Amino acid sequence: MSFLTITKASKSYGANTVVREFDLSVGKGEFISFLGPSGCGKTTVLRMIAGFETPSAGRITIDNRDVTLTAPNRRRIGMVFQAYALFPNMTVADNVAFGLKVAGADRATIDARVKEMLALIHLDHLAERYPYQMSGGQQQRVALARALAPKPQVLLLDEPLSALDAKIRVSLREEIRAIQKQLGITTVFVTHDQEEALSISDRIVVMNGGRADQIGTPFEIYNQPATRFVASFVGTLNLIDVTVVDPATGLVKIGEQTIALKDVLAASAGQTVTLALRPESGSILDGARGDTALTGEVVSSNFLGSVVRTRMRVGESLISFDMFNSPGFAPPALGERVTLRFSAADLLVIRD
Amino acid sequence: MKISRIVALIIVLIAASFFLVPLYATFQFSLQMLRGQWSLQAYRSVFSDPQFLSTLSYSAVASLAAIVISTLIIVPTTYWVRLKMPRVKPFMEFITLLPLIIPPIVIVFGYLRLYGSDSMLPLTVSTAGTNVMLVIGYATLSLPYVFRSVDNGMQTLDIRTLTEAAEILGASRATIIFRVILPNLRAAIVSGAFLTFSISFGEFVFASLLNRPAFGPYLVQIGQDRAYEPAALAVLSFALTWACMVLMQIFANAKPGTSARRRPAALFPFARRKTA
Amino acid sequence: MTVANDILSPPTPGGSARSAPAGLPGAQVPRRANWAWLGLLPFAFFAALFLILPIVYLVTGAFQTPDGAFTFDNLIALTGSAIAASYMLSIKLSLVSALFGAVAGLLLSWALVLGGLPRWVRGAFVTFSGVASNFAGIPLAFAFIATLGRLGIVTVLMRDVFGFNLYGAGFNLFSFWGLALTYLYFQLPLMVLIITPALDGLKNEWREAAESLGASHAQYWRMVALPVLAPSILGCFLLLFANAFGTLATVYALTGSQFDVVPIMLFAQIRGNVLYNPNLGYALALGMILIAGFSNILYLVLRSRAERWRA
Repeated sequence: MSFLTITKASKSYGANTVVREFDLSVGKGEFISFLGPSGCGKTTVLRMIAGFETPSAGRITIDNRDVTLTAPNRRRIGMVFQAYALFPNMTVADNVAFGLKVAGADRATIDARVKEMLALIHLDHLAERYPYQMSGGQQQRVALARALAPKPQVLLLDEPLSALDAKIRVSLREEIRAIQKQLGITTVFVTHDQEEALSISDRIVVMNGGRADQIGTPFEIYNQPATRFVASFVGTLNLIDVTVVDPATGLVKIGEQTIALKDVLAASAGQTVTLALRPESGSILDGARGDTALTGEVVSSNFLGSVVRTRMRVGESLISFDMFNSPGFAPPALGERVTLRFSAADLLVIRD
Repeated sequence: MKISRIVALIIVLIAASFFLVPLYATFQFSLQMLRGQWSLQAYRSVFSDPQFLSTLSYSAVASLAAIVISTLIIVPTTYWVRLKMPRVKPFMEFITLLPLIIPPIVIVFGYLRLYGSDSMLPLTVSTAGTNVMLVIGYATLSLPYVFRSVDNGMQTLDIRTLTEAAEILGASRATIIFRVILPNLRAAIVSGAFLTFSISFGEFVFASLLNRPAFGPYLVQIGQDRAYEPAALAVLSFALTWACMVLMQIFANAKPGTSARRRPAALFPFARRKTA
Repeated sequence: MTVANDILSPPTPGGSARSAPAGLPGAQVPRRANWAWLGLLPFAFFAALFLILPIVYLVTGAFQTPDGAFTFDNLIALTGSAIAASYMLSIKLSLVSALFGAVAGLLLSWALVLGGLPRWVRGAFVTFSGVASNFAGIPLAFAFIATLGRLGIVTVLMRDVFGFNLYGAGFNLFSFWGLALTYLYFQLPLMVLIITPALDGLKNEWREAAESLGASHAQYWRMVALPVLAPSILGCFLLLFANAFGTLATVYALTGSQFDVVPIMLFAQIRGNVLYNPNLGYALALGMILIAGFSNILYLVLRSRAERWRA
């Protein structure tokens, strides 16, 4: 049952089209992320849902009500902004109370709801502080409470974590997810950080050039990227150009080495196709499992702490692979020849 | 949305006419000296008055001298305070604000009493002394503008890093000041100077109470005696103010890395303070 | 902290120009005397002689009899009818001109910043305001005489073309309202210059946040925008007030010595001791210092408060 529906929404500014025929339906209580680089149109779609932008074409409905042309202040939407946007002249409590106050709620209702909201974000003790007296993380939690206080139908989060320090970013995103689950509120979250999107969402919309390239669960997006863009934007990925030897048996050639894919290839012999391989899919340790192997020469090896990232050259391609650090395993030396073993099932054939 | 734009347009049009009508009217008035025809007679009359040129040049010289004095006082002190005694800076900011806070007539009143005939430093008894007094007064009035302009300039320059960089390269203190700091501050100094000039060339209170043959008292005299020349003088003064402001803005923007947003800052009293 | 004799002594190898901060305990460097304050002397000397001392002289004089004895009589005499009337007139004129300047300036700034007009309009007005706010004094009076004086272009135009006699209808450039209108010519641009940054500081997100929370446009302005702007507006009003309060040349050029605002009265006192008591003159000056100083300092306080919010 779809709660928030966007149908063929487009947005143009003059000749410049930012969003093209965007379709999406979000179930009640679902947490959806819009993921993409800046300028991909994700914020524009969010602002169309909020009502700050009017679509040039298409429809938006919330709970079966067409809101395409409804003013933002009548949509019952909660919004959290990247720069907090707390009202500087009001205390925390007054900020949280704002939505209820303009709706004309009575004093007692407001007080009770503010208390409840501040308890939800664990900031009860800061109710009388002013925004400038608080850290960014605290301000953003207040902004969340403010957005949730009037019980909106949909919660919109516009890169709410980008302005924060790395540590706070992780803890606050977990807090946001927990609160969202607890309240069961339909949520749209915009981010350019793939790790954020993967960790927090029920489903992700990967956007590119004003379109949705792929819509799916984090697991699907990461493991079965539908396009080359999705594959390269989400996670690190080796893209390997190979020459088809035999489409029927899935035989391909990398440099001088031949490997067999699991699938039948939809290309003819002699054509070039692109394969994708996650860096964490293989291992060069003795006794590593895997039905497929590639041998190459190590061109760089970086110790990143928990992980050792090594790059090797196979024919024309450079392949990176990650292995967990272990005191018993020294990173391979430059120029050393190593054999990477992995499962052929981990190789994806990428369409453009 | 549409309505607010129409309202904005109406406000802007009213404001524009409030600003422009007096200017246009003054200009037209200044052309009407000869009955029944447009003429530049009023301007001819102004320029042929020997007092016009003598008072104007007197005021110009006094203004320039004031600019030199306040620059000599402000630039080294501001540099020193920024480099060595940052804690003194708020104090210096407050002192340099005083000439904007205290009405000029009060300051000159104090001068007249403090440096009068029975004082230890009787500046106002001799002509030369009174001239010096006027220049000092203008220098005092210019402190806020010159300080803010120079301080902003040093802020954008980051003189502390610049000084340290020069020191590491082996430059002496004098070399640093004259070869590194001053050339980079030239634009800031000149922009403060134009502002100072624009407020002191037509200054009336100091010049009148010190009884100096300056441009301000001359203007008042003309205003009492003549009808059309004052309009011509107002047009000329406005043009001169405008020229000073334009030059000031050009110099204020001459520095690389100075954002355009800062531009109005130097223009008005109590320019927004930028803290490091 | 560094010492001033850096200038005199050649740099020692390895010795940096800046040593450890003064007062840091446990510093191994032998303490040298701190001569840095010597660099302040020229400025301090100038400020003391030509800024502080003259003011101190007037302030102490206000509390003295002509013989030098301490007294409050001068301050009490300020409440006498002529002087009190002069203060009232000054305050009224300054209040009115500051009020008009602040309201008109706020409206104009709003139109320029948030009115959705082309960008160049704003640039033109800000540049013009920079000039107009400095175009005060005698030439300004001349311009208004040429415009709205008895034979001014606008006065004549109204009479000949529209058949409306301004002066017959009660207007007089050389009166309270005429002066207030003339002051507006430098007050309005000053307001535009100092309030525009505050309006720029109104974040778009505040409006959007308020809207998404269900607030109407009016509610946003009443509950968020105006309260956020309030310290700036009040502060600017005070600055405009002080600005008008100290204005002398414009009044003098328009009305001579007839319009008895405080600066004019002080001007006459300095020239001819019209109060027949020099110390009463000092008290008059003290009153000006207090009023102008109070509004200016309150302006600075309010501005710092506004900036704290904007951070």
